[in-house]
This record gives sequence, C-alpha cells and structure tokens, in this order.
Amino acid sequence: MKMKSEMPQIAGKAVPVRGDDIDTDRIIPARFMKTVTFEGLGKYAFYDARFDEMGRAKKHPFNDPKHKGAVFLIVNRNFGSGSSREHAPQALKRFGIKAIIGESFAEIFSGNCQLLGMPCVTAGAEDIRILQDFAEKEDPEAILNLNLADKKLNYNDTSIAVEIPEERRKTLVEGSWNTLGLLVSALDKTRKKVAELPYIKNFK
Amino acid sequence: MGENLFSKVWQMHEVQKLPSGESQLFIGLHLIHEVTSPQAFQMLREENLKVAFPERTIATVDHIVPTDSQERPFLDPLAEAMMKELEKNAKEFGVAFYNPASGKQGIVHIIGPELGLTQPGMTIACGDSHTSTHGAFGAVAFGIGTTQVRDVLASQCLAMMKPKVRKLDVSGKLGKGVYAKDVILKIIRQLGVKGGLGYAYEYAGETFENFSMEERMSVCNMSIEGGARAGYVNPDKTTFDYIRGREFAPKGAAFEKAVKWWKSIASDSNAKYDDVFKMNVSSLAPVVTWGINPGQSVSVDENIPDPKEMPESERQSAEQALQHMSLNPGTPIEGTKINVAFIGSCTNSRISDLREAAKIAGGGKVAVGVKALVVPGSQKVKAQAEKEGLDKIFTKAGFEWRSAGCSLCLGMNTDRLKGNEICASSSNRNFIGRQGSPQGRTLLMSPAMVAAAALNGKVVDVRGVM
Repeated sequence: MKMKSEMPQIAGKAVPVRGDDIDTDRIIPARFMKTVTFEGLGKYAFYDARFDEMGRAKKHPFNDPKHKGAVFLIVNRNFGSGSSREHAPQALKRFGIKAIIGESFAEIFSGNCQLLGMPCVTAGAEDIRILQDFAEKEDPEAILNLNLADKKLNYNDTSIAVEIPEERRKTLVEGSWNTLGLLVSALDKTRKKVAELPYIKNFK
Repeated sequence: MGENLFSKVWQMHEVQKLPSGESQLFIGLHLIHEVTSPQAFQMLREENLKVAFPERTIATVDHIVPTDSQERPFLDPLAEAMMKELEKNAKEFGVAFYNPASGKQGIVHIIGPELGLTQPGMTIACGDSHTSTHGAFGAVAFGIGTTQVRDVLASQCLAMMKPKVRKLDVSGKLGKGVYAKDVILKIIRQLGVKGGLGYAYEYAGETFENFSMEERMSVCNMSIEGGARAGYVNPDKTTFDYIRGREFAPKGAAFEKAVKWWKSIASDSNAKYDDVFKMNVSSLAPVVTWGINPGQSVSVDENIPDPKEMPESERQSAEQALQHMSLNPGTPIEGTKINVAFIGSCTNSRISDLREAAKIAGGGKVAVGVKALVVPGSQKVKAQAEKEGLDKIFTKAGFEWRSAGCSLCLGMNTDRLKGNEICASSSNRNFIGRQGSPQGRTLLMSPAMVAAAALNGKVVDVRGVM
C-alpha cells in the first residue's frame, strides 16, 4: 500500500474565482455525477458558469486563456459549501488545480481536498483581494510559490502568511495525508475498542 | 463541569490519537448510496482490501432512482449503470443492500431512523452532507467524501479533528402553520451559512424538547446548511419511544439496558460548551428563501431585502442572488408566482410532513400551469401514507404521487426544473442549478407552505389558508 508521497513546494500560475459561498453544486452540477469513476470530471469544473445551454463558452476565469495551466485557485469566503460530493475537488484537481487559497472553506470540502493532497490554505480578506487582482490584471503569468513548511505564499517580491490547520500542514509536508494505511494498520486496536461499545451486540 | 453528548460519544469511539493529532474515530453505522460509493469500492479493489466490518455498512439507492417508473432496466442508462454497480459492490463485499424489491428502500437519511438502525450514542457517517439528520437521535453523525467512504469501508474508522460544540438554546412554542423547517431556516438566517464552521450544533431548550423525532430530524438535517457538519438533540423519552419496536432496535431486556446507556450519554446538566446561542421562536412566522443559499430568507410577511441596506460583506452575494432569482428588492415575497411545487427530500418527506401538506391540499386544486409532485422519503413512508389515504388526497388535488427517492431536490433523476422555472420546495438547498436546470430557481419553505403555494400558484402565507 502506497502511504507516502512527498508534497513538494507548489509553484505555478493562479486563477481567481471571486464570490462568497460558492457551493459544490456550482463547482460541479449533480447531473455530471452520474458516473462510477472520477475520471474525466475536469471538464465539468464550474460547468454552468463556464458554458451556456448550447455548450458555448461564457466569460469565466477557467475559460480565460491567460489562466491556462494555473495550479492555484484563489477564492473568497466559505468556498465549497453544501454537498459533500468529492466530485468537486476531483474536478478541480483534474482540471489542474493543486492548491486552493481562500478566505475560508467549508469543512467537508477542505477535508476532501486534504485527502487528495490538495491543500486548502486561508489568508486575510485584503491579501486575497490583492492576490486576485494581481492574478487577474497585473500579471496572470506570474509564478506563485506556496511553501507549507513556513506557511508562506510568495509572488512578485511579495510574501503573505497563509494558515492551515497544523495536523493538515504536518501530514502534507510529511507526505502522509493518505490516511488509509494508518487506519487499516490499527484494525486490532479498533476491534478492541469496539468490544467496549454496548450497541455493537445490540445491548445483549 | 460536566460533559456534553458530543464529547462523550467522541471519546468512546476514539480508537487512538494519530501522529497528526487527529482522532482515529470508530464509525458505528456507515450508510452508503449509489453516487458517492462506487469509486470507494474501486479503491478497495485497487488496494486489495476487504470491507472490515461489513455488518456495519448498509446500502440503499436514492439519488438517481426514478420516482415515476422504477421498472428495470431504468430508462436512463447512466442511472441503470450506477444501480448495477451498487448491486455488484454490495454482493462482492458482503454489504446489505435495501433495493426497491426489499420494501425498505428510500432516502438514506429516512430509512436509517425508520428501520431503527440509527440509535443514540452512535457515530454515523455517510457520503452525503445531510447525514447530520441522524443527530436527532443523539448520535454523532456527519457527511464524508468518497475517499473517507473508502477509509470507513476498509477500517470502519476516520481520521478527524474534534469540532467545537455550540449549544443552540431555543425556547417558545410554535404558532399554527409554523414548523421545524421554519425554525432551522431562521437559525441559519440568524447565524449565517458559515456561522457553524468548526462547530457541531447541540439543539436544546424547550422547543426541541417538545418536538417529535421527525421535527428534530428536519432541524438536524439542515445543520450543514448553516455550516455545521453535525447537529444533535439529546436523547429523551421521545427518542426512546420512537425507536422501540423498530426492526433493528434492541428488544425486551436489551432495550431497557439500551435506554440506560442512551440516557448516560446525554449532555450533563452542567455540561461545558464552546459557545451558546439563545433564541425564542414564539413569534416566528413561516419562512421563505429569496436567494441562492439557505441563509437568504425572510418571513412570508416580510419584503425581499435590499442589498443596498445590507452590510458590505453580504451585498455582493445578495445582488447575485436577486439577479439569478429575478426578484425585486423591497417587494413582498408573498405573491411570488411559482411553476413547480415539490414536497419531498431528506428534510421533509416523512409521514408527518405529508400529513401536514395533505391537510392543506385536501379539497383544493393545484393551480393551472403548476406542476406539483409529492415524493415520499421511503417505501415505508409511502405505504403508511397510502394506508391513511393521503395519496388520494394529493392526486385528487392534482399532485403527482411518486415512489421514494431524492428526486427534484437535486435533479439527478428525470425530475428537473426546466429553463428558469421557479419551484416552491420543501427541500434543503436553493443553490444555483441545484434542481437540475442551470437557470432554475428554488424557494425553500415548509411542506405545508409548498402545498399552499401549489394550490394558489404563488407564495402565500399558510396561516391564512388553514
């Protein structure tokens, strides 16, 4: 079982998607989840905001050639609210996103991202606004650098502090964010714990 | 200082602390459905792993299942493929599957409680954010992603940090025509859709103590819409009476033993909380949403707010909402014309919801041009409603009477809004595109309010038509 794969420093271009409370239905509409795999979901990221009923491209940062190849998604407050669908982070990841920087994140969403090794880090509202303007207007080609070891995002001679819960930062830096091996290896402990719970044997 | 239920239950299920600082949390009941589980089973195959505790996972089909004709193969080949995949996975990994032929099929959050699978003091997880519903029984219940579904299948555990706990102390008796749905919509309006980030909600106080289990479930169901991943009510006599006699409930002496344990895991009277919020609902009116998140709501007798008068932090979202909804600020929400009326979803498709809606629908006629449907939450709810003759009341009034599933709540089966149709809905989310059409519009409200809107072709105050 593959348990560890080091998280390198993440570097690349950024794409801003502005707005609070962007829910996972907007990140990927439910009609694209009628599938038994996550493959190919990248093309459905923000689908209804990007394409009209006829499938024609609308104005959206994900359609803008200047953001082609971006690895950082810059968002505002409560990003990823609503449905627990992992299809949302899977679609973003398969589109090419490697990390999300925002004011705040919904919990199930950021937890799902974490398990894919895609960090969700937060920064202050003003830092985010400046960063979104920078990526959109000033220099869309600029390379940003996210360093989880010192919790800094560096770009264009600027360095901003980012936050991420310590347990997440640690496992990302160590490359141990995939919890499967750890949990499975404790099956004996789990069985012992379970024996203490009266409902397991239906209180008999 | 005493302890709250959440902390007690968490501690009892903590297998160990992981090096990261997270808890390895044992999951007592794992519920799965066709949309968020196939990839998890595939991951198990790739890792050559088995389901560790197959008897603790229960499967059903709800999201994609058609609610008109459920004849196999389903007309939608994609839905049929997902159904087949779940059948295959359940068989291969030895998991019980309540399919339509079992008579126990339904929305996963409806069938858990009605079968007696959901019990106080359990940890419950499901690849669905509305898993918070099960908290109504005093369980620690929350939604998870598919990679976590994999973890639970393989180890019956999750790696998680314990959230903080906020007590919502609610007092007052609801007026006629005002329901649990209105209470939770009001809470979300007050605290905001991100107000619960980092918290589990304990719903306490006389209002919740006097609520039935079905009312408690409607409230806990929408915890996630307020940003709280979990919400719960302390178990009491109402809880025990509901569970007694259900298929998977303990029986005889075991039940008495269970009650003793269930009482012991309730929050102590001097329990500690990270935050407390108080509210009185005596003068609460029916609530209707006007926007694109469940926090954007008003009382039915209020006007749609003007973004210009809102704090700057809410303005942009409100402007976008009004644009999508084509609603005008400063005008009454009452009188808003509707095209579709939907009674259903894991929030409001239980028998008490259908009874309340039938009281309004009885003797009336669905307005010309309005498509109205009632989708019971489970096969058992459907059977009970038919026993009581509710189906006849609805069909006579012009509602379609369907089979169990999620249906128009999220438009994954054939029930979808068309174009920019506007739907009075008893579901939980008014997100852009939620009901299957990118331009579709949703007004969230109680099932009785939906029934009243269906008959009048527009939003009306249900208190005036009772």
